[in-house]
Amino acid sequence: MSSPALEIGALAAARNVVARDLLLAFRRPGDWLQPLAFFVIVTMLFPLALNSEPSVLRTIAPGALWVALLLASVLALDFLYREDGHDGTLEQFALSGQPFAVLLLAKTATHWLLTGLPLAIVGPLAAVSLGAPGGSMPGVLGSVLLGSVSLSLLGSIGAGLTLGLRRGGALLSLLLLPLLIPTLIFGARATQLAILGDSAAQPLYLLGALAILSLTLAPLAAATAVRISLE
Amino acid sequence: MAWTWLHRFGSPPHFYRVAGKLIPWFAWPAAVLIAVGLVWGLVIAPPDALQSDAYRVIYVHVPNAWLSLMAYTVMAVAAGVGLIWRIKVGHAVAVAIAPVGAMFTAVALVTGMLWGEPTWGTWWVWDPRLVFELVLLFFFMGYSALRGAIEDPDRADRASALLAIVGVVNVPLVHYSVVIWRSVHQGSTVFRSGGPAMPASMLWPLLVAALGYTFFFGAILLLRARAEVLNRERSGSWLAQLAED
Repeated sequence: MSSPALEIGALAAARNVVARDLLLAFRRPGDWLQPLAFFVIVTMLFPLALNSEPSVLRTIAPGALWVALLLASVLALDFLYREDGHDGTLEQFALSGQPFAVLLLAKTATHWLLTGLPLAIVGPLAAVSLGAPGGSMPGVLGSVLLGSVSLSLLGSIGAGLTLGLRRGGALLSLLLLPLLIPTLIFGARATQLAILGDSAAQPLYLLGALAILSLTLAPLAAATAVRISLE
Repeated sequence: MAWTWLHRFGSPPHFYRVAGKLIPWFAWPAAVLIAVGLVWGLVIAPPDALQSDAYRVIYVHVPNAWLSLMAYTVMAVAAGVGLIWRIKVGHAVAVAIAPVGAMFTAVALVTGMLWGEPTWGTWWVWDPRLVFELVLLFFFMGYSALRGAIEDPDRADRASALLAIVGVVNVPLVHYSVVIWRSVHQGSTVFRSGGPAMPASMLWPLLVAALGYTFFFGAILLLRARAEVLNRERSGSWLAQLAED
């Protein structure tokens, strides 16, 4: 195909998408700060609702952290495609002649930079506030960092499927949370081992494998999902 | 040209006719085999040395659990056929399976609970096999929920088909969960290296019942898919002609 739109390569186009989405996000910080605030509030609820005894908190910390992370990630998916689907940007992407999956992957990568990465930085702090020893922070950071990659990528499929639906929010949770369970299991296990001071290598490898699997397959599924929703 | 047979089978009038002819070939074996398997298993087979009669729930539990996985796999394949080759009958078959598969999953879970109470001493444990079987139920429900939320029928077909395909990752997780994680749920006693770890007097009724449930699945699938095709093609000219004949 020799359409004029292909004057730049796919990578340059993807870079433009990242730059554009970052610029838009910095003009409207509320979108990506809300999931972060949500995460902090939910982790804060556990010591208040349960028991602020440090030994109790330390045992529930991995679970509390990962449940809050999963919910915050699903909440954050709301703004992945919504605006661009609404104003026709995604249709222009689809018509541009550039590989659609690459452009959407660029969007998902930006979304991860704005939500997954901040959550990964705040995650270890939340773990320490729940009584985890300071030495566990690298392990917790690694598990949340790797896990959030899978969460964003798998989430992009769900966001594509529910794009433009009126009752999207609750439906998105119903579709996605079952799909995110393996990430939750290995992520919570890695965090638990890190807090106990043991080697978290095994679940971290599995989290890495999940992240790579998601990186290879999820962009294609997400591109198909968005195409179906645009039709 | 290689795929013409698929497109021919995928044409609604052809599918409607062939499915109608096939139904008795599934329904009768299902009725006979389930009746024989259940009477044999529930009445004639010997009681277990440790569990006495409690183990007999196996004759309902195991076939339903097998079929829950098979139903999901068939649903995903049918949805894939609909999505990739744009064959409408594929979507009709997938839609027809979803509630049936959810029923198999629910029966497997409930009979598992009834079995767990006398043998494990609890209705439910957070064991990987149980959890992923429950997740399977959520996938069936999510499939139907996504369909329900989309008004345009064509978009509903394609979006839910993609969801069904993505959810296939859960099928090996259910199947291999007893191998990957050491858990409360026993490993496979029928399909294992070294032959089944079950005496023939208990195994045969299980296989007969499982085969019967498989035929039952085929019959109900064809019946429901036929009804779904009728509903989708309600303005088709071939149906008017069929009604006249």
